[in-house]
Amino acid sequence: MKTVVVVGHGMVGHRFVEGLRRRDTGDAWRVVVLAQENRPAYDRVALSSYVGDASAEDLTLDGHDPLVELHLDEPVVGIDLAGRTVRTGKGRDVAYDELVLATGSVPFVPPVPGRDQDGVFVYRTLDDLDGLRAAAEEATAHAGAGRRAGVVVGGGLLGLEAANALRQLGLSPHVVEMAPRLMPVQVDEGGGALLARLVSELGLRVHTGVSTSSIARDHRGGLTVTLSDGTELDASVVVFSAGIRPADALAREVGLEVGERGGVLVDERCRTYAEHVWAIGEVAAVKGRTYGLVAPGYAMAEVVAERLTGGEGRFTEADLSTKLKLLGVDVASFGDAHATTPGALEVTLNDPVAGTYSKLVVSDDAQTLLGGVLVGDASDYETLRGFLGATLPGDPMSLIAPSSGEAVGFEALPDGAQICSCNAVTKGALVEAISSGEATTVPQLKACTRAGTTCGSCVPTLAKVLTSCGVEVSKALCEHFVQSRAELYEIVMVTGLTTFSAIVEQYGTGRGCDVCKPAVASMLATLAGGHVLDGESAALQDTNDHFLANLQRNGTYSVVPRLPGGEVTGEGLIAIGSVAKDFGLYTKITGGQRIDMFGARVEQLPAIWKRLVDAGFESGHAYGKSLRTVKSCVGTDWCRYGVQDSVGLAVALELRYRGLRSPHKLKSGVSGCARECAEARSKDFGIIATETGWNLYLGGNGGFTPRHAELIASDLDTTTLVRTIDRFLMFYVRTADRLQRTAPWIESLEGGIDHLRDVIMSDSLGICASLDEQMARHVAGYADEWAAVLDDPDKLERFTSFVNAPGVPDPTIEFVDHLGRRVPAGMKDGQPTDLAALGLGGVPITDGARIPMGAPA
Amino acid sequence: MSHTDGSPGMSLDVVAQPAKDPQPKPVDPPDPASGTGWTEVCPLDRLQPERGVCALVDGEPVAVFRTHDDRLFALHNVDPFSNASVLSRGIVGDLGGTPVVASPLYKQHFSLESGTALEDSDVVVATYPVRVVNGTVEVGRG
Repeated sequence: MKTVVVVGHGMVGHRFVEGLRRRDTGDAWRVVVLAQENRPAYDRVALSSYVGDASAEDLTLDGHDPLVELHLDEPVVGIDLAGRTVRTGKGRDVAYDELVLATGSVPFVPPVPGRDQDGVFVYRTLDDLDGLRAAAEEATAHAGAGRRAGVVVGGGLLGLEAANALRQLGLSPHVVEMAPRLMPVQVDEGGGALLARLVSELGLRVHTGVSTSSIARDHRGGLTVTLSDGTELDASVVVFSAGIRPADALAREVGLEVGERGGVLVDERCRTYAEHVWAIGEVAAVKGRTYGLVAPGYAMAEVVAERLTGGEGRFTEADLSTKLKLLGVDVASFGDAHATTPGALEVTLNDPVAGTYSKLVVSDDAQTLLGGVLVGDASDYETLRGFLGATLPGDPMSLIAPSSGEAVGFEALPDGAQICSCNAVTKGALVEAISSGEATTVPQLKACTRAGTTCGSCVPTLAKVLTSCGVEVSKALCEHFVQSRAELYEIVMVTGLTTFSAIVEQYGTGRGCDVCKPAVASMLATLAGGHVLDGESAALQDTNDHFLANLQRNGTYSVVPRLPGGEVTGEGLIAIGSVAKDFGLYTKITGGQRIDMFGARVEQLPAIWKRLVDAGFESGHAYGKSLRTVKSCVGTDWCRYGVQDSVGLAVALELRYRGLRSPHKLKSGVSGCARECAEARSKDFGIIATETGWNLYLGGNGGFTPRHAELIASDLDTTTLVRTIDRFLMFYVRTADRLQRTAPWIESLEGGIDHLRDVIMSDSLGICASLDEQMARHVAGYADEWAAVLDDPDKLERFTSFVNAPGVPDPTIEFVDHLGRRVPAGMKDGQPTDLAALGLGGVPITDGARIPMGAPA
Repeated sequence: MSHTDGSPGMSLDVVAQPAKDPQPKPVDPPDPASGTGWTEVCPLDRLQPERGVCALVDGEPVAVFRTHDDRLFALHNVDPFSNASVLSRGIVGDLGGTPVVASPLYKQHFSLESGTALEDSDVVVATYPVRVVNGTVEVGRG
C-alpha cells in the first residue's frame, strides 16, 4: 500500500481525501492528513453562522475511515523532497509516496500602524472567531449606555461576512473599503451602489473609497480607527478582511516555484515542479493564477484524486460565479461580470423602489450571454448562469424584466450548463440521473449526483430539473386541494374555520378523500382542539384515530397504553398483564419502551380501556400521527456514568407533548450521558445530557431511510431546551408536508438546519411568540382521549361489531397458534413456513388448526 | 361469501344492483319483497354522514354508508385485497366525482355505486340495495 500525505485539512484537503477514498476502490492508498488547526476540516463558507447558533461541531465535515489518519495540531514544518518525507511540528518524520499541499491561505493584513494591538483580529478560522466573540462579549458587557462599534477593514465578500458576524455579536459594524464600491471583484458600480444602500438600511455604516491610516488605543481602552479622509471611528474591535495570500511559505523553503503573486505553481494536473508533489486549493497557482473560492479548490482536489487513481483529470477553467446572501441581501455575480470581453454589451435594469439591480453582459451581437450581476434578488441566478456561453433564448432585457416571469425556461438550458458549481454537476448529469430512474425526488437527486450537498443554493433548481423532466413535483395535497399541506394549514389558522365541510367548500373541490381528510383532521386538532371524535371530525379520521387503536391485518386492533419515559410499576405491569391474559391478547415489547397488545376486536376496545384507565393508564397515541414515545436510559438515578436525570426529562417531555397531532409520527429519546443508550440521535428530537446541560439533536429517524439527528444547540438549560423543542414541533406542525418526517422536512427548508435554528432560536421570522402560545394551548388543553370516550355513550356506540347485532362477534376473525404465538388465522403472502426447522418453536402454521403451546421437544 | 375476489364470473351478477336512494327521508314505495328480503340496520340518525357502519345481513357483514348529500350505499364489508372485514371503517369521499370508500388497510378505493376498485377494475365487491322505512335503514339481498 502506498501513502499519500496531505498537508492541511481545510475544505479542499478534506474534499481531496473524500474524492480519493471514493475512487480508490481497491484500497491502494493510505492517507495521512497533517493539520495545523486543532480541529478537523470545517465549512469555512459557513463561518459567520458560527457566531450565530452553530457550534464548531455543526461546521465540521463528516468522515471516518480506517485508511485515513488525521493528525490535528501537527503542522508540517519541513519537506525532504529527495527523501520523500515531511517533518511535523511534533518532530515526527512521515514518509510519502505522493504529497499534496493543501495549506490554503492566510489573511492579508495591510501594514497599518497599530495593527498589532489587542482587539484587532483577522477573519479566517474558528479560533479567530472565538477570539472575536470573547472581545465582543467583553465590549458589550462593559459598554454602559449605547451600542459599541466594530470596524471591518475590507468590503469584499469576506468583509461583509465579518460585518454580519459583528452584528450578530451585538456590535454596530463599520465597513471600510478602499475601492469605490462594496464587493468590487463581484459587482459593478450600479450593483455596488444598491448593495451599499441595502446593507446601510440594515445598520451597517459603509465607507468606500477610503483606506485605513492608523489604529490607536484611546484613553478609555477602546480603539480609534483613523481613515485616509480624516474620519475617526471609535471601535471595540477591528477585523481585517482585506484579502488573502497563499500559505506557500513551506513550498518556498524547499525551493518549489511560486507564482508572481504567490501560490505554488502547478500545471493543469495540479503537479508542482517537484516530482510526487501536488498543490490544490488556495495555495495553488494554476498556470500562475490563484483562486480564493471553494469551487475551484474542490475541482483541483478532484483532479488530483483522479490522477492518483489512474485517471486523466485536468483543471481547465474555473467557475468564479458567486451567489450569496449577505445580511439577507442576495448578491450574485457570474461570468464576465465587468464586461471586459471586447465589444461586450451591458443590459441593465435598476429598480431602486423594489431594491433590485440586474445586469447581463452579452456578446456584441446580443446573442450570447457572457456574464452578469444580480443584487437584491438573485432568484434567476441558477438559470441565467446556465446560459453562460450559450445562445440566449430571447431578448436579454426580457430575461431580467420583472414581468418576464418564467421567460427563462429551464428547458432551454444546454446540457453542459453547470447547475451545482460546488460539485461541478451539469444539467446533463442531473437529467441522466432522472431519466435512468435513479432519482425521482430532490433528496434522491442530491444523493446520487452530490448536487446541492455543499452550499445548497442550487437545491431550488433541482426541483426545476425534475419538473422539466416531467417528474411531477406538484405540492397539491390531493385532487381536492391545490394547496400544499402548509398552505392549507395557514388558511385554517388565519380563517379560524373549524370544519372540513367549510374548508373544502371555500378552498377545495369535491368531498375530500383519505388523503386530505386525516390531514385536515390533524390541523383542526392542533388549531381548534377538541376530541378527535367530536362532531364532523369523527368522519375525517383514519381508522386508527377513529377507533383509537392500531388496525392490524385481520381487522383487529392493537392497544398501547402510555408508559412515559418507558417507566412502569409492578402494579402497572400486573394490570397490563391481566388485561392481556383476560382478553387473550398477544403481547410484545415495542422499540419505544412500551407494551403492545394485539388481537383486540373493535367491540372489546372499550372494555380493555376501562380496565387500563382504572389502573391509571392513558392513551399512548400509538395510533396517531402524533407524539409516540420519549425513550430514556436510567440516567443519574442508577447509572454510574449518567450526568443528568434523563428519565425525569423524558417523562416531562412525554407528558408535555402527548396527544400533539403532527404531519407524521414523532419520536424522541433522552440519554443521560454521551454513551447515548437511549439512541436519541435516531429520533425526531433527541436530547443527550452534558455535564452542564443538554445537547439537542433534531431530525433523526429509523425506518426505511435511517437518519441521524443533527445537533442544533449545545449545553442548553432545561427551560431553553423545552422552549426550543416547543418551537421546533409547532413550526414542523405548521409547515411540513403530509406524512413528511422531520428529517426530510428540515432538508426541504431553504437553508436547512441553519434556517431552522434561525427561526426557532433567533426568531428570524418573528413567529416564536405565536408558536409558544400555540404550544401552551396544546399543553393546557390536553385530555386523555380514551377516558373521554369511556365517559361518552355516543362515542362508545361506534365500538360495535355489527350495528344491528352488537352481541355477535365478527365471524371472519380467527386466531391460530403459530410457533407458540397467537396470530391471525390465514397466511399472509410471503409468510415463511420453515422457521420450525430452526428448532425454535412448535410446528409450522396450519391454517385454522389449534396447536397446543409447549416447550420445544 | 358473496363478495368477489376478482374472478370475472362472480362479479357481473352482483354489481348491477343500484344502491342509491336519493331521498332517504320519505318512505319508499312498498317493495314487493318487503318483509322478507330486507334487513333492518339502524335508525337513519345513527349513520353519520361520510362514515360507515357494519351490519349483519343474512350472515354476511355489510358496510352501509351515508354520503354528505344523504345518499345511502351498501357494500360487502370484506376488503378483497386483504380479506379483512373492514370496509365500513374506511374514509368516505369522492375521487373524480365518484363517491368512494378507501379501505383502511391498504387504501384502495371502491366505488360506492358499483363496488369496483378504482385501482383495479377486475376487483369488485358486492353491492346491496338500501332504503329507509320509517326512519330505519334497511339493506336488501345483494
